[in-house]
Order: sequence, then C-alpha cells, then structure tokens
Amino acid sequence: MTTFERADFQTDQEVRWCPGCGDYTILATVQNYLASLEIPRENHVFISGIGCAARFPYYVETYGMHSIHGRAPAIASGIASTRPELSVWVVTGDGDALSIGGNHLIHALRRNLNMTILLFNNQIYGLTKGQYSPTSETGKRTKSSPMGAIEHPFNPISVALGAEASFVARTIDMDRDHSSEVIRRAHEHNGAALVEIYQNCNVFNDKAFIQVTGKEERTVNRINLVHGEPIIFGASDEKAIVMRDGAASIVDLAETDPGDVHIHDERATSPAAAFSLSRLSHGPYGPTPIGVFRAVERDGYSEMLDRQILDAQAKKGPGDLMDLVSQNGTWDVQ
Amino acid sequence: MTTTSHTTETRHRVVVRFAGDSGDGMQLAGARFTDASAVFGNDLATLPNFPAEIRAPAGTLPGVSSFQVQIADSDILTPGDRPDVLVAMNPAALKSNLQDVPESGTIIINTDAFEARNLEKAGYEANPLEDGSLDKYKVLRVGMEELTKEAVKDSGVRGRATLRSKNLLAVGIVAWMFDRPLEPTIEWITEKFASLPEVAAANVSALKAGYHYGETTEIFSHTYEVPPAQMTPGVYTNVTGNQTLAWGLIAGAQQAKLPLLYASYPITPASDILHELARHRNFGVRTFQAEDEIAAVGVALGASFAGHLGITGTSGPGVALKSETISLALITELPMVIVDVQRGGPSTGLPTKTEQSDLLMSIYGRHGEAPMPVVAASTPADAFDTAIEAIRLAIKYMTPVILLSDGYIATSAEPWRLPDLSQLPDISTTFQVDPNHGDEYWPYIREEKTLARPWAVPGTAGLEHRVGGLEKQDGTGNVSYDPLNHEKMTILREDKIKGIAEDIPDLIVDSDDDATTLVLGWGSTYASIVAGVRRVRANGHKVAQAHLRHVNPFPKNLESVVRSYDTVLVPELNRGQLSRLLRERYLIDVKSLTKVQGKPFMAAEVEQALMESLS
Ligand SMILES: Cc1ncc(C[n+]2csc(CCOP(=O)(O)OP(=O)(O)O)c2C)c(N)n1
Ligand code: SF4
Ligand SMILES: [Mg+2]
Repeated sequence: MTTFERADFQTDQEVRWCPGCGDYTILATVQNYLASLEIPRENHVFISGIGCAARFPYYVETYGMHSIHGRAPAIASGIASTRPELSVWVVTGDGDALSIGGNHLIHALRRNLNMTILLFNNQIYGLTKGQYSPTSETGKRTKSSPMGAIEHPFNPISVALGAEASFVARTIDMDRDHSSEVIRRAHEHNGAALVEIYQNCNVFNDKAFIQVTGKEERTVNRINLVHGEPIIFGASDEKAIVMRDGAASIVDLAETDPGDVHIHDERATSPAAAFSLSRLSHGPYGPTPIGVFRAVERDGYSEMLDRQILDAQAKKGPGDLMDLVSQNGTWDVQ
Repeated sequence: MTTTSHTTETRHRVVVRFAGDSGDGMQLAGARFTDASAVFGNDLATLPNFPAEIRAPAGTLPGVSSFQVQIADSDILTPGDRPDVLVAMNPAALKSNLQDVPESGTIIINTDAFEARNLEKAGYEANPLEDGSLDKYKVLRVGMEELTKEAVKDSGVRGRATLRSKNLLAVGIVAWMFDRPLEPTIEWITEKFASLPEVAAANVSALKAGYHYGETTEIFSHTYEVPPAQMTPGVYTNVTGNQTLAWGLIAGAQQAKLPLLYASYPITPASDILHELARHRNFGVRTFQAEDEIAAVGVALGASFAGHLGITGTSGPGVALKSETISLALITELPMVIVDVQRGGPSTGLPTKTEQSDLLMSIYGRHGEAPMPVVAASTPADAFDTAIEAIRLAIKYMTPVILLSDGYIATSAEPWRLPDLSQLPDISTTFQVDPNHGDEYWPYIREEKTLARPWAVPGTAGLEHRVGGLEKQDGTGNVSYDPLNHEKMTILREDKIKGIAEDIPDLIVDSDDDATTLVLGWGSTYASIVAGVRRVRANGHKVAQAHLRHVNPFPKNLESVVRSYDTVLVPELNRGQLSRLLRERYLIDVKSLTKVQGKPFMAAEVEQALMESLS
C-alpha cells in the first residue's frame, strides 16, 4: 500500500490567493484527503473553470485542467464518460457554476456522471474584483450594484436538488473536520456529487458566513444534518425541525411532541424533504443546515454507456469497417 | 385494357424531380427511384430540398418538398440544372417548380389534388389544368389518389392512411417511364415495414399499380431509356455526405487506434451524423447528446484530454457557440475535430439550405491569435477521406481542426465506389509515457519537425501535469505572464499550423495546355464547377480547374498555381470568402462568382461565368 503525505499532492507552483482567503483551507483539506487515499496520483483529474477558486488544479499534483468560465462540468463529463476508472473532480465558484455555467452544472447532475463537484461559494465574484454573484443576497452593495443588488439569489443546494442530484451536501471552509468528512462522503459517492463549500473571500465579501462560523453565532445557527437522527439545534439544543404541509419549519423543542421532530433521511428516494430543508435559509443569515442533504444510488451515465457498447458488441460483434460502408446495400460494376 | 405501342427515346441523361407537400413522402419517392437507378447501373447525383418547417400547412407553397435526381449513362457530377420530368403531387408543388421545367418538358400531375381548396392555397386563380397555361409542356394527368385507393383496397390499410402510398404509386409510374426494375424498391419496402405487413402490402401494391398504369395507359406514348453508365469496376453503394462523413470518423478513429467520442447538440443539417454514429456503438463509438453546443465541444475536449478521440459536430450557429472552447483546445494543444455542416446564415438563416459562408469564421472566427487547420469535403464520397484527413492532422499536430461540409453534401446522394480499406493510412500516434526532461515531464516540449507537443493522458504515472487557458511557459507549460514568452508562444502556435503545408499534397490542376483561365473552388461547388468546365471544354475552349481540400493552411504550390493564369475564377456559395483570402495572401486579383440562394450552382452558371472570362 502506498502511503502519501500532503506534500505529495502539492505542486511547485506558488499559491497565489490573497492571504487569509478561505481557498487555502480548502486546498489543504483536499490535499490531506487525497493523501489519505490509496488512489495513485495519476488517477485523479481536477477540472476547473475560471475564477479565484478555479486556480485550484495548478496547486494539486495530479492531472488537471484550468479550463474556461463555467464549462468545467462539461469537460469533466467528457473525461468521466470515457474513463470511468478515473477519479474526476470539478472545482468551481458560485459565478462559474451558477451563472455562466448553470446549464452545464444541472445537466452534469442530472446525468449522474461520476464526479465530485466542489462549489466554492463566496457569494461574490472574486477574480473580477467584487461584483455581486448569483448567490449574493438581495440588496448587496457592490461595484456593479452600488444601490444594492435587485436580484433574487440562487440557493445552490436547492438548485442541485431541483436537478435531482444524487448527492448534495454543504460544508464550511474553516470547519476542517466537517469539510473533510463531507468531501470524503462526496468522493466515495458513485455518481455526480455536489458539495457547496461556504468560502470566505476576505477581500471582497469578508465575514459573509459569520452567522455559521462566528464563535457565538454558529452555536445558534448551525443545523447539523445527520442521517437517521432527529434534527435538533441551538445553543442548548432547544430548537427542532418539523415538517408541516411538506415544508420544514423551526419550532421550540419544548413545545413539540418529540415524535414530530423530523428525522433526517439522506437516502429518501424523493428529494422533497431535502429540498424543504434547503429552504430553511436562503443564505447563511440565520439557522442554516450543514451536512449531507441527499445521498441516493442512481444509475450513472458512464456505466450505462459502457453497457450499451458491450451489448452492441455482443449483438453485432466488434465493428467491421467493410460492413459499415456496405450497410446501404451494394452492387458490382464489372 | 389495350397495350399501346410507344416510342422509347434513348437519352444520355435525364433529370427527374419529385415535388409535393412535405407530408406526401417526396424524399422517400426520390430516394427509391435513385436506388433503383443506381442498381440499374446509372451514374447519378441528387438534390433534396425540404422546407424549414416540419409541417408547414398542407397544400401551401412553403410546405413544398422536392427531390431531384439526374441519372446518366456516363460519369456525371451534379443533380442537373432543370428537370426533364417533374412529378407534381399538388398545385403548390406545380406552382413552385414550374419555372424550372424547360419548354417541352414532361410534367406528371396528380389531378386529384387539383380541387378548389388546394388551388386557392397555392394561390392559383384559375385551374392550370384547364386554362391552357401548361400547353407548352407535355402534361400527363393521372388521378393518383383514386388509383392508390383502388390499388391498396385489399391490403388491410383503411381510411386516410390509404393515401399515404401515393408516393410509391408515383415511383411506380416513373419507374415504368424509365424502365427501372421494381425489385430493389419492393425489397426495401418489405424490410422497412417488416413490422407493419399491411403497410408493406399497401406500398408494394401502389408501386406495382403505378408501374402497370404506365404499361397499360395510352397517355404514356413516350418512354425513356438511360443505359447504364460505364463506371470504374468495383463495388458500389449509394451514399449521402452525412453518412460518409460519419463513417470517415469511425474509420479515422480506427486508423488512429483511438476510441471515438462524438458530442453534439442536434441541429440541421448536421444531426444525421449524430444519428448515424449513435447506431454504431459496436465500434466502441460513444455518442453524447449534450445540453448545448458549448457543452458538446467541452465534452469532446475532455475526452481528448482523457486520451480518446474527441469530436463534435454542428452547423454554423453551433460553431459560433463553440468558439471559446475551440480556442482552449488550441492553447492546451489537444486534438479535436469540429465538424461544421454549413447552412444559410446568419442566425437561423436558411436552416435547411446549403451555403459556404462559414469559411472565414472557420479560419479567423476566434478571439486572440488562434490559427488552426481547416479542411473541406467536396462531395459526399470525399467526406469520407476528408474526415480521416481531419483526424490525422488533429492528432499529428495536437490541434483542433475544423472539418467543413455543407447542407448539399450532407443530404445529396451519389454512388460511391467502396474504397480499398486496407489502403487507409495508418494515422496512429503514441501517448507519452516517460519523462521527457530529466526525470520530469514537461508538457510543452515540442517535437522538432511538427512542433507538436506530447500527449500524456491521465492514468500515466509520473507525468501528472496541468494544462489550461492561461498562457504557457515554453517547455514547462507553467502559467506565464512574461510578455516575450507570450509572443514566442503565439508565433510557435502559428508556425505549427503553417508547417502543415509541408505535410499536405500539392494542389492538382487539371489544365488544358495553354489555358489562361483557372477555376478554383473549395467544398461542395466541386460538382457544379467540373460540370461547367466540361461544358466549356466541349465547346472547344481551354481552361484549368483545381479544387482545394485544405483551406488552412493552403497547399504549398497554391501561390504559384494562381500566379500562372491570367484569370482566376472563384465560384463560391457565399459573398466571396475564398476570393478575399487569395487576394490577401497573394496580392493578386481573382474573379469572384458568388451565389447565396440556398442552392448549389447550376453547371450553366459556371459555364456562363467561364465563357465571360474567356472572351
Ligand atoms: C467568458 C468569460 N466571461 C467573463 C470572464 C471574467 N470572469 C472571470 S472569473 C469571473 C467570476 C468568477 O466568480 P466565481 O465563479 O464566483 O469565482 P471566484 O473568483 O469568486 O472564486 C468572471 C466574471 C471570463 N473569464 N470569461
Ligand atoms: S479575491 Fe477573495 S476569493 Fe479571490 S483570492 Fe482573494 S480572498 Fe480569495
Ligand atoms: Mg465567487
């Protein structure tokens, strides 16, 4: 068995994010995770789009491509559908994944190609120096929205669940234990896995996640999702989640029949309950669920594609060029 | 019934056009007649023409669909300029096609469709069957609907569905007129409708009824004979360009020893390539119907990065969407083929009609300094070889390549002598498996001769590396913002593509001694140009003709070729794009002949332009 150190997954390239950026933490978490595996380095492929987050592949000693804005899921789909034995990663930002690349993201999730998508959500366009993004809160003042953004933001978890992704989770850059565990789960998942990572951009959107990262705030606001457990949270576990008319809502535990407290089931066939949990917060501004929302098994694209090839070969034999060009019928000219 | 004696006229070539409503099955009728003629031994060329709408209102002018075929006893190239025989299934078909029929041409009319409502829909104030306006033609009136109903009454098909067989009745009539065998069509029907025996029976009955109607009716006092052509011995099949292009991609992948992935988003007239490839998974072909063209080219690029042969196909609007990713393929120096089956543009333009207006986009239509090879197929048969050539260049030079076809090549049919498959070139490559710089792997160390970089694919231990859209440092491939390095890399990428000129055949010129005029073309104008040149030569004039497959880079000898003639005539189905390139590259003037009507040139148009140049 090969044993790796984190250093085995570091490249000789100087890491160029701003000092204090959450991206550093995520990079370390991922490198440590890779080092904990037995998968040889050459079997990992990291594909990114464009943005601060998208510089990621340059810093990981594996195969990688820093591609173009929004298209990483499409390029990764080309790899995952031809080389299913590889471990395919997508690193993307909130603008990259949900604005310019929104179409590719939902279709990659829908097709369930085997890839782990790490969506670094800093709720801002970092690389282009601070415009609001599709996850920025309404009213956000930025250079491109001096009077406040007038757009309604996307909730990445809701988007992914709407696309019926087979694995959907949320974690936080600073919480390394939690993010390591969620990334492990996502990577072990067979199919397309989306992990939203709250990532602090200390330059253009500092403390955007303070409600779930601040020492005091997080005890109040973090709703930890654990499969098979009732959802209870709060500084002294005084709050609970119940499902009423199909919608998740927050109640005082003391005033609730314990049997009514929602038991989290990440394997539920329908994404409906996970979706209503995702609607509890539209961003990290109050109580916010963290953890694995959904993890279900569903047929993957590449397995089905390979099966069709094998079936066709079993039925018609491996392709013969002469048969191919004669298929319309032929005639002889003497 | 009486069998009348009739005269048979022997013709070297005849042009037949089937025209009707899009619901009348005219493409099928044309294709069946074509196959029967191919089996009979004629040379032929076809021109299908269909409306952009799937079901334009029945009976209207926009709803007319037609299929023209020229059959001949010698080698021909084009579907012919004007139909000698027009089959008109309804008033709209008559109205929109009549202007192409020469005086004394034959028109076979389905009289049952000439009732008030259809006449009105076609915009006829008076019934052309009655007002004498068709007097200058030979008009054969056939009540095709009544005949069809009668013919299929025992087949088990009932109601309105009975009329569906009327296209085969028309095929039967024309088969009799030209003494075509019915067997190939009967075989085709039986196989096609194997699961619907009643429909098969109805179609066969209608076909035979049409044939017998010809035999036993007096109106057909005149039939034609077009003897088999003297064709080069060999095994022939009848093909359309989308099919041969798809086969060329499969063959190219085999010769490259790489598994093929074809990613595409449906678009006319390219979709049939996707359909054809999807049928051949047993060749290991992966087809990927992407969510849009940007995704399709991304999927193809990902496949190439992973060590497969990534190909994407579309038409002009799709190439526009793909352009950013094509530039990424260009700077990451990964092989890929982008097929552009051109159609009338800009925008949705004339989606079902042909045009050659994406040439400049292919060569120049990207951001940054982004040169890449462009090859163009000239006929349906040529699409096979051109596809293999595109693949060869892509992997040998580690570059995206654009392969141009167009709506005419894509949909028109011609007999194709099957190639000797054992003679296909070996275009295989080897992946990099060892470090190439001490014990390191540098992805941008180039091969001296081709300037191609190595191809190291994921899964290869020790060669882990990152590529991307940011400028690369020469050699290491690390990100570099160094101004001089950027200039160096820009020029290296340019030189790599320029150098391909050393690796492609010289342009072959078919020149009469002392010719002073050269006709130079590219792409699907080949057939019309050669047909035009033959006419001019038949009139005793001297002329030279050459046709480009490689439009970027040009063959090495192109400059000296164009400089050796006083006049260079360049016919193109655009507003003069190759002409511009020639003027820009060689600072010579050329005479541009252009047409943007969604139709190929007629041989007569090329002939006329040549005659003007010659005088
Ligand atoms: C086609 C294209 N459009 C625009 C840009 C400019 N651009 C680069 S990154 C970016 C936004 C990135 O935001 P996000 O994905 O959130 O990444 P972050 O920088 O915040 O990590 C934009 C608009 C580009 N590179 N390409
Ligand atoms: S701009 Fe923000 S996201 Fe980008 S590197 Fe700096 S801190 Fe990180
Ligand atoms: Mg961002």
